[in-house]
Amino acid sequence: MSILDALAFPFFQRALVAGLAIAVMAGLLGVFVVQRRLSFLGDGLAHAAFGGMGIGAFVIVSSGLVGSRLGLFTQPLWFALPFSMVAALVIAWLRRGTRLSSDTAIGVAFAVSVALGVMFFSLIPPDMNLGVSAMDLLFGSILGVRGGDLWLILGVALGSSLVLLLLWGRLGYATFDDELARADGVRTDRLELLLFLLAAVIIAVSASVVGVILMAAYLVIPAAAARLLARTLAQMTVVSVLLGVVSTLAGLALSFYLDVPSGSTIVLTQAALFVPAALFGRR
Amino acid sequence: MASDRHHRLSAVSAVPALHVHQVTVRFGDATVLEDVSFDLPAGAFLAIVGPNGAGKSTLVKVALGLVVPQRGHAALFGEPAGDHAERVGYVPQLKTFDRTFPATALELVVTGLRRSWPARVRPAEAERARAALERVGAAELATRPLARLSGGELQRAYLARALVRRPELVLLDEPATGVDFLAEHDLYDLLERYQADSGATVAMVTHDLAAARYHADMVLVLNRRLHGYGTPDVVMCEECLQAAFGHKHHGHALSL
Repeated sequence: MSILDALAFPFFQRALVAGLAIAVMAGLLGVFVVQRRLSFLGDGLAHAAFGGMGIGAFVIVSSGLVGSRLGLFTQPLWFALPFSMVAALVIAWLRRGTRLSSDTAIGVAFAVSVALGVMFFSLIPPDMNLGVSAMDLLFGSILGVRGGDLWLILGVALGSSLVLLLLWGRLGYATFDDELARADGVRTDRLELLLFLLAAVIIAVSASVVGVILMAAYLVIPAAAARLLARTLAQMTVVSVLLGVVSTLAGLALSFYLDVPSGSTIVLTQAALFVPAALFGRR
Repeated sequence: MASDRHHRLSAVSAVPALHVHQVTVRFGDATVLEDVSFDLPAGAFLAIVGPNGAGKSTLVKVALGLVVPQRGHAALFGEPAGDHAERVGYVPQLKTFDRTFPATALELVVTGLRRSWPARVRPAEAERARAALERVGAAELATRPLARLSGGELQRAYLARALVRRPELVLLDEPATGVDFLAEHDLYDLLERYQADSGATVAMVTHDLAAARYHADMVLVLNRRLHGYGTPDVVMCEECLQAAFGHKHHGHALSL
């Protein structure tokens, strides 16, 4: 069977479209995340989503909502989303409002979220089939993307990419020098808050579908490789999105031919693109 | 040069370029500025001097509207500080610069026109930015990555960025830190030429008392409180500086 035959399968089509949508929005967001030295933020918020999922799964199970007519709204994602947004606000406040550095603020949110996730998942009776488990959420399965998930990812990708492109100039200016941008009337505090909230939404939605680890990779590796290849922020943005797209296409194709897990193949493809960039890119 | 300055100041308007009124700034428990008041006439060249931690940079940030004082206020050309960013050209301390940021000198200069980061530099912007770089003697830097510029080159790029919008007030926060003597001398030269050309006001934080005495029309001696404000001849006396700096170390600068 060739890759063209595989493309006839709806699950493979969904995986491809979801992967490309995540590649675009994570590629755009990743530029600012990497350049602001917030790479750990992706991990932190993805794990916050895991914590929110755990709470959500427990609430859904214990309130008897499993399989109810509320459909999509009974998914743990609807708990993970606000939980990640609150975590993003807490991290933003710890960064600006206290003497703690970003990595410390993110580290606190990270640890608490994982602990909450593990605790609440452990409280769910093993015989309850919710369709998601702690392992699914950590490692995910891009080939398991469902129709409803796909529309959600496409909607978030479209909305967040539009916002990021509209604010690109001001975000870039504030990322280059917060003080210089503020002196020119840019409200950098509001921009940072918006960036964190966007990151929370993008990461929670993507991580709930493709897993925490793949999402964190999408956010950091293409942008980091792009930084090594680009001479301007605009070039870095284009290359970051392109590397995300190429690694999705190549990763899915490779995983099909080698019969290995698709998520980890995509991460390793990204790493394979990063290595030459690190070795031969601009110093 | 002194006669030029007096001519410049005699032709200025009644509205001060910078009006600082009873400004007090506290960061937590520490009082950084206390009851600072002065009026800077339009067209003047002001040097702000004082020891480390004297509140010099904070004073510049109050003027830019970046720091809101707990008490008092600052106004630029009669308007609240921060309301008219387009009339101000700001040169920050070079130590805040992020060398990992992918950018060319031309893009940095264009931020002075656009007040956002350019995805694509338009031809008209490029023309103005190149002209600004040329004015500061740095035309060859346009396409160079910022990360590759020396301290002196970076200083010129930042100065071109500040001047590209033809500001009425140029605020510089220790722009000569980390650059050599020649680059510092060039900086004063460029600022004086811009001032002669545009009639702009210049306010600059500096550690170089000799340069302040030689180039500035007005000197403000600061150490949390205002220790002196006036022409260099009047303010840069041994007693004033000793009161602000707390020792006689700077006495040699006065003889230059």
